[in-house]
Amino acid sequence: MTAFILRRSLQSIIVLFVMSVIVFVGVNLVGDPVDMLINPESDQAEIDRVIRDLGLDRPVSEQYWYFVVNAFQGDLGRSFIFGEPALKLIIQRMPATMELALFSLLMAVVFGIPLGIYAGLKPNSKVSKTIMAGSILGFSMPTFWVGIILIMFFSVSLGWLPSTGRGEVATYLGITSSIFTLDGLSHIFLPAFNLALFKLSSVIRLARAGTREVILQDYIKFARAKGVAESRVVRVHLLKNIMIPVITIIGLEFGSLIAFSTVTETVFAWPGMGKLIIDSIYNLDRPVVVAYLMIIVVIFVTLNLIVDILYSVLDPRVRIKGVS
Amino acid sequence: MSAPSQTQNASLPASGLRKFWSDFSESPTAVIALFVFLLILFIAIFAPWVSPSDPYDLTSVDIMNSRLPPGSEDFSGNFYLLGTDGAGRDMLSAIFYGLRVSLGVGALSGFVALIIGAALGLSAAYFGGRFETITMRIVDIQLSFPSILMALIILAAFGKGVEKTIIALILVQWAYYARAARASALVEKNKEYVEAAHCLALGNKRIILSHIAPNCMAPLIVVGTLQTAHAISLEATLSFLGLGLPITEPSLGLLIGNGFEYMYSGDFWISIFPGVALLITIVSINLVGDQLRDMFNPRLQK
Repeated sequence: MTAFILRRSLQSIIVLFVMSVIVFVGVNLVGDPVDMLINPESDQAEIDRVIRDLGLDRPVSEQYWYFVVNAFQGDLGRSFIFGEPALKLIIQRMPATMELALFSLLMAVVFGIPLGIYAGLKPNSKVSKTIMAGSILGFSMPTFWVGIILIMFFSVSLGWLPSTGRGEVATYLGITSSIFTLDGLSHIFLPAFNLALFKLSSVIRLARAGTREVILQDYIKFARAKGVAESRVVRVHLLKNIMIPVITIIGLEFGSLIAFSTVTETVFAWPGMGKLIIDSIYNLDRPVVVAYLMIIVVIFVTLNLIVDILYSVLDPRVRIKGVS
Repeated sequence: MSAPSQTQNASLPASGLRKFWSDFSESPTAVIALFVFLLILFIAIFAPWVSPSDPYDLTSVDIMNSRLPPGSEDFSGNFYLLGTDGAGRDMLSAIFYGLRVSLGVGALSGFVALIIGAALGLSAAYFGGRFETITMRIVDIQLSFPSILMALIILAAFGKGVEKTIIALILVQWAYYARAARASALVEKNKEYVEAAHCLALGNKRIILSHIAPNCMAPLIVVGTLQTAHAISLEATLSFLGLGLPITEPSLGLLIGNGFEYMYSGDFWISIFPGVALLITIVSINLVGDQLRDMFNPRLQK
C-alpha cells in the first residue's frame, strides 16, 4: 500500500514537472511582451531598464529556474498588466469560480438524479424518451452557444435574469458568496445552469443506468413483496444504491467543471479565474497565464492522486495491477 | 444476394455493403442523421458554388446592408434568407463557408490524430514491455485532463493560428485513438491468424499493418466519428474564445463570437444561425457514431 502511494505520488511529481516545463517554455515563446508593455515612444535606456526589471534578458533556462525556486515560496511572478502578484490575482478570483462550479454541481445532482430515476423506472414512456433525447442534446451542444441562447432568451427577450457579473455578495459564516443574496442568486442562476448542462446529462445517464440495474435486484423485489410503499422503495432502497457511481463521477469531474468554467465565465462576464486566464492570454500577460495553468495542473494532479489512492483502498485489484 | 446474375467476385463486397446498410438502417434516426450529415458535407465541399454570394468578396459586400433581419431584401434586390452580419455579409453564405472551415479543421485533425494514435496504440499492444508501459501511462495522464484544459495549455503556450489549432486538436485527441487501438490489438494479437503470420516469418511491420490493423478498424472508426464531432465543437469553443482560428479563417465558432456583441441589441440571428448549423453538424455525426458503435458492439449482436 505504502509502495503504491509512493510510486503514485512520484508519478504526480513527474507530471507536475513536465507540465511546468511545457507551460513555462511554451508561454515564454509567445509574442514579445516588450513590444506590448513598453510605451513605443520610450528611449532605449527605458526599454532596457524594463527588460531587466522583468528578467526578460536572462536565458529561458535561468528564468525557469527562478520560476521554480520562487514558485515554492508562493511567488509566481507579477502580472505585467495589473502590477500585482499573479498568485494573489488568481486567489482573489478563485472563490467566484469555486462558487460557480459548486452551484452547478448542485444543480446537476438536484435535477439530474430525479430525471434519471424517472427515465430508468419508466424507460418506454414519452417523458423518459424526451429526457434521454434532451441528455443527448446536452452532450452535443457546445457550452458557449447554450450560454448565448440562455442570455438571448432569459436576459434579452424576457428580461427575467441578469446576464453579466456576479451581483451583490454577502458574507455568511466567514464565506463571501453571491448565493447569500437574492441579487447574487439571480446572477448565478444562468451561468451555473450553463455550466451544469453537460454534467446534468451525464448524471441523468448514470442515474438511469443505475436504476435499471438496481430495480431488478432481489432486495427491491423483496421490499415490494413486503408491501413497502413505492415511494419508499425509490427513496431508500434505490436512491442509496445508485448514488455510489454518481458520487464517484461527480468527485472525479469536479476539476473539469473548473476547466470548462473558462468558457462560461467568458460568456457571462463572471469575474472568476477562468475569465482572468482568457483575458491574460489575450494580453500576453505571461506570469498570470503560467500561474493559472500551474495552479489548475496542481489541482488536477492532486484530485487524481486522491481518487487513485481512495480507489486502491477500496479495491485491492487496482494495487495489484499497478505492481505487475 | 438476390442478384444471381452477378459474378461471385462482384457480389461479395456488395453483399458486405448491403449487410452493413441493413444493420445501419435499423435505426431510422441514424439514417436521417447520415443524410443530414452528407448534405452538410456536400455544402461544405461545394460552398463557393452553393452559396448565394461570396461573403468574403469585398466588392459585393456593402456595409449599408449590415444587420438586416432574416428574410429581408436590400436596395439592389438581393434576398437575405438568414439576414446579414455586422459587416453586411449574407449569413447563409457565411455559414456555408464556415462549415467548410469547421469540418475541414475537424476532419484533418481527427485523421492525423487517428494515424498517430493508432500507430502508437497498435505498436504498444504488439511490442509490449517498457514502450507499452510508458505510452499508456502518457495516455492515462493525458486523458485525466479535460480536453479544453489541454487545448488551453497548448494554445496559451504556442499562440493562435490555423496550424496551431490543428496541432492542439491532434494533441488533445490522439490518446483516445491510442487507447482504442491498443485495446482491440491486444485481443487480435493472440488470434491464430497472427500466429500463422509469425510462422511465415513475416516482419513486424507487415504483421501490424496488413494483419492486425485492418481488424482493429471498427472500434477506431467509432472513436473517429465521435471524436471528430468533439473536435469540431472544441474548435468552435476555442475560436469563440478568440484563441483558436484567426479572423481570416471564419469558422462557425468565430461567426458565433462575432454575433455575440450584437445579441444585447436583439440581433439574434448573427449568433444563433451559425450555432444551429454547428449543432446540427455535431448531433448528426454523434447519432451516426452511436449507431456504428451499437453495430460493432459484440454484446448487442444478435
